[in-house]
Amino acid sequence: MLSKYLIIGLVRTLTGVRARWREGAEPSLAQRIYFANHTSNLDAVVIWASLPTELRRKTRPVAAHDYWTKGIVRPYLAKHVFNVVLIERKNVTVKNNPLTPMLAALDAGSSLIIFPEGGRMAGGGLGEFKSGIHHLATKRPGVELVPVWIDNVNRVLPKGEFLPVPMLGSVTIGAPMTLLAEETKDGFLTRARTALAELGGIES
Amino acid sequence: MNVDTGLTAMKADPHFLWLGAGVGGVLVVASIIGAVLAATVTTEKGKGTVANLNARTRAWWIMVLVFGGALMGGRMTVVVLFGLLSWLGLREFLTLTPTRRGDHRALFWAFFVITPAQYYFVGVEWYGMFSIFVPVWAFLFLPVRAAMAGDCDHFLERASKTQWGLMACVYCLSYAPALLSLPIAGYEGHNAKLLVFLVAITQMSDVLQYVWGKSIGRHKVAPKVSPGKTWEGLIGGVLTASALGASLWWATPFKPWQAGLIALAITIAGFFGGLVMSAIKRDRGVKDYGVLIEGHGGVMDRMDSLVFAAPVFFHIVRFWWT
Repeated sequence: MLSKYLIIGLVRTLTGVRARWREGAEPSLAQRIYFANHTSNLDAVVIWASLPTELRRKTRPVAAHDYWTKGIVRPYLAKHVFNVVLIERKNVTVKNNPLTPMLAALDAGSSLIIFPEGGRMAGGGLGEFKSGIHHLATKRPGVELVPVWIDNVNRVLPKGEFLPVPMLGSVTIGAPMTLLAEETKDGFLTRARTALAELGGIES
Repeated sequence: MNVDTGLTAMKADPHFLWLGAGVGGVLVVASIIGAVLAATVTTEKGKGTVANLNARTRAWWIMVLVFGGALMGGRMTVVVLFGLLSWLGLREFLTLTPTRRGDHRALFWAFFVITPAQYYFVGVEWYGMFSIFVPVWAFLFLPVRAAMAGDCDHFLERASKTQWGLMACVYCLSYAPALLSLPIAGYEGHNAKLLVFLVAITQMSDVLQYVWGKSIGRHKVAPKVSPGKTWEGLIGGVLTASALGASLWWATPFKPWQAGLIALAITIAGFFGGLVMSAIKRDRGVKDYGVLIEGHGGVMDRMDSLVFAAPVFFHIVRFWWT
């Protein structure tokens, strides 16, 4: 409990981040999948820390098994602080399909934070979306999908660095969307990606 | 210097009571005017201005309470407060400044080693070190750290930006708490009033320039850099703030005419500070450095004039009074 508030305090001190809700977007306890651009290992933590307490309690970041099980600190944080949903990134087989733990978490009532590009992008752009977000939308159609744009957090902890520096970042949350009836996979992925790019004010 | 600071010293000195009553009185009057305006103004544009004015007044109450509380806590509390303000200011400044991957380690040093060290030297009253630490030691060391990272693109620009941020947000601002350590014959234990004098004049000068500018401002000083600044506001603000400075001579080691002239130097330096820090904001295409202080913007939006005025005031006093 204490370590939770320490982490939230630390993240806010370093980034000064507060969630900014765009018009049409409101904090809601409805079950949601927050999907965000990905530039830094801190991204999931920053989104999680910027959510209002009530929402944060039921929201779990989805992250790579290989990264969060290394060492002593990361597994502790993953389990006891962020309650991370760990998914397999490298040895994907039928047995450890990354979708299974996400669907299980959704069925248990949690909201999720995912990064549909599937990895961190260098530079400020937005990569192509992997199909995972479409699978989730198809299999759990009642869950709202909410775009989240993260800005400037990559400067706090760039790829390959260990020590963070303070930089003001921002988390902008957009209006929720859902899979439309008879929408194709590519159509949906493009629509979701465009919504996120618009939120970040970049060309999609 | 081994003299009482903080609440003990303040209780023994009735001047603090008068200064406190003066500041409190100004804020009470401002709050009453704000409440009256909020009840009477009807136009949409007017309402916006009044809402911003009242937000600023509320933030002023908080800033005055924090600053007053730090003064009561004594010299070390003041040093820590300004250290935190520098840290937050540097965070705002470097956020606006594009840096690259290769600067990451140098930035880490700037935030977690150089800033605390500068305030440590102020804290232990080591003038010979704190007065050269950033211009000499940080200046020589930081580019080395960035060069070792091996990225030469825009190297001079990046090194300059980090150094500039440290000079403005950390080095210059640290002169404010350093005032508490100036040994002035016959004024021992009263230095906190010098700091109150400096902060009151810079901040009142900003407020008075705003008030004069809003009421009779016509001719813009630097429309490209700071569209809100007018000659009428500048001259009116500088003259009234200098008169205010002269009228506060009793709290300082100065004669009234000296206090007036020094206040003039403070207000002009403060105006230049606001202008230069605005030019940086315009260059980066933003209006404010941050959002930390309601109605005012970020820490650096409120501190810009103090950044330029503090070293000027410190060296004037050090040169002629110690």
